Amino acid sequence: MSNTTKTIFLASAVATAVAGLATTAAAQENVKCFGVSLAGENDCAAGPGTTCAGTSTVDYQGNAWTLVPAGTCETMELPAADDGMARMGSLEALERDLPA
Amino acid sequence: MFDAIQNPTLPPCPGVGYKAQHYRDIMDHPGPLGWLEVHAENYMGDGGRPIAQLRHLAERFPISVHGVGLSIGGEGALDGDHLARLKHLISWLNPASFSEHLAWSTHDSHFYNDLLPLPYTTQTLDRVASHINQVQDTIGRPMLLENPSSYLAFTESTMSETDFLHALTRRTGCGLLLDVNNVFVSATNLKTSPQAYIDAFPLAAVGEIHLGGHDEDEDETGAPLLIDSHGKAVVDPVWSLLDYTLAKCGPKPLLIEWDTDVPEWTVLSEEIARADRALAMVAS
Amino acid sequence: MTVTQAAFKAAMLDPMSAVPTGILNPDGKPASKRFDVYRNNVAVGLSDALEAAFPVVRKLVGDEFFRAMAGVYLRQHPPKTPLMMFYGDAMPGFLARFKPTQSFSYLPDIARIELAMRHAYHAADAAPIAAEALTALAPDALMGVRLRIAPATHVVSSNYPIHAIYRANTEPSAPKPVMRPEAVMIARKGFDPTLHPINGAAANCIAALKDGATLGQTIASADDSLDLGAVLGLLLAQGAVTEIY
Repeated sequence: MSNTTKTIFLASAVATAVAGLATTAAAQENVKCFGVSLAGENDCAAGPGTTCAGTSTVDYQGNAWTLVPAGTCETMELPAADDGMARMGSLEALERDLPA
Repeated sequence: MFDAIQNPTLPPCPGVGYKAQHYRDIMDHPGPLGWLEVHAENYMGDGGRPIAQLRHLAERFPISVHGVGLSIGGEGALDGDHLARLKHLISWLNPASFSEHLAWSTHDSHFYNDLLPLPYTTQTLDRVASHINQVQDTIGRPMLLENPSSYLAFTESTMSETDFLHALTRRTGCGLLLDVNNVFVSATNLKTSPQAYIDAFPLAAVGEIHLGGHDEDEDETGAPLLIDSHGKAVVDPVWSLLDYTLAKCGPKPLLIEWDTDVPEWTVLSEEIARADRALAMVAS
Repeated sequence: MTVTQAAFKAAMLDPMSAVPTGILNPDGKPASKRFDVYRNNVAVGLSDALEAAFPVVRKLVGDEFFRAMAGVYLRQHPPKTPLMMFYGDAMPGFLARFKPTQSFSYLPDIARIELAMRHAYHAADAAPIAAEALTALAPDALMGVRLRIAPATHVVSSNYPIHAIYRANTEPSAPKPVMRPEAVMIARKGFDPTLHPINGAAANCIAALKDGATLGQTIASADDSLDLGAVLGLLLAQGAVTEIY
């Protein structure tokens, strides 16, 4: 594009953008709601009891890790980056002793 | 040197730990609610709804800012970035009170999101006093320090918690936030007397009282192990300990804390009403 | 016997290790289960924060897997600040390296979207310009101006259908994702961040504008797939342009 063409292209893009705005309704939003802030808030409460997450085995270096992803990823038929093959998500048996 | 007790600014009436889902209820049905407490770290973002909400709330209620991340009991230096964020929050909000915990949560620049315990020795006293001085100098006002919930003891401790807190108030001019549930939890867990703790507590320095619920567990010997979970109603023995305390120190700003399994406003309202009755009893 | 905070922390994060000497029960015996209170608090508190922060990643890998993975993550990447609302910045890289998630190559980009949504929620407020301020400029002047983009505005580009995957896991009857590269813009008009599908050229253009490129420069570096009118329209409609400079 020549500079003149670019200038015309830009002016036309701006005109298109602004013209399209007339039909966009303004969102009504309110301070009274609550939203994403509920994610990961700080508080000063202690966790429940002594027998949950903190005391279970989590050593990924050891032989304890046997889990595979088992959520909605199992139904996403998307190719993996490395081999291009469609995967249903349930992986083959995992190798162990792999540092993360 | 600051003197927290010269200018108490929270009213001696019930307050509640603010949860965003209660915004409308608090505005429409506050009942005897006289002030709100927020956790400092949740309002250290740059903007958006949390800050806008807090500005609205502050127009209506005195606000107590309660920090959970300064790590005042930490071995290392206080986090300068975090202190700067706190200074900014305190300066724009100008809250009625700022409080933090006698605990540590940061080590080697990592934050563990829990109130971790420290032994009470002359060394830790020096360190905590110096950190409190640094906080008070930074925010230009006195702070309140809260007694922790204890689950265990350190062999190296050479003084009682109440002596430790008393020494801190004398050395820094800070006030104290007396968590009556924490007193009950610690006394049960360490097999001591909660009334004796209150008797030994420097009540003249108290600028605020906390009340909350706890969970019940057992240690490996079958001894009771109470957990400061803030997920239940305040139990009767803690209400009794509150009455015992108020009879000695008179009405104080009295906070209901409920942080996990947060209930409907009607449930919190009952706790607030009961706190109001406890205050009225001692005022009359 | 001094219990250093380094020793306390190390034992707290490793449930297999011994409780540090010098920590007692009320009867004067070495504490064991009582120390687990802190082990549990830290793991539960940080895992809860990660669950709240990455609901879509969690849905994709399943609750049980996510909880176990959070236990690994929190020990490799404990928070660097006390602001729990931003905990999890290292999650995209972690998901790419963590062997059990490596094959799900879209997960890091989904985590990037979730991080961007939270950062957008807490970003500084910024008043948008009136759209007419742009049309008021002469065409020649337009080439040299820069647009200040609101701090809540973010873009994420991916080789994977990240918008479709995000929708499929947040909306009840969203279509099933099909394999193709997708990009999204996160913007915040008012208080709630919203997600907008864009193409890769638009993502590059918005990123360039954020970095301070002039409108002329963004055109010069764009290919034919850039619909500048649509990009500017989206930015203006979402209140994402805060200054012409």
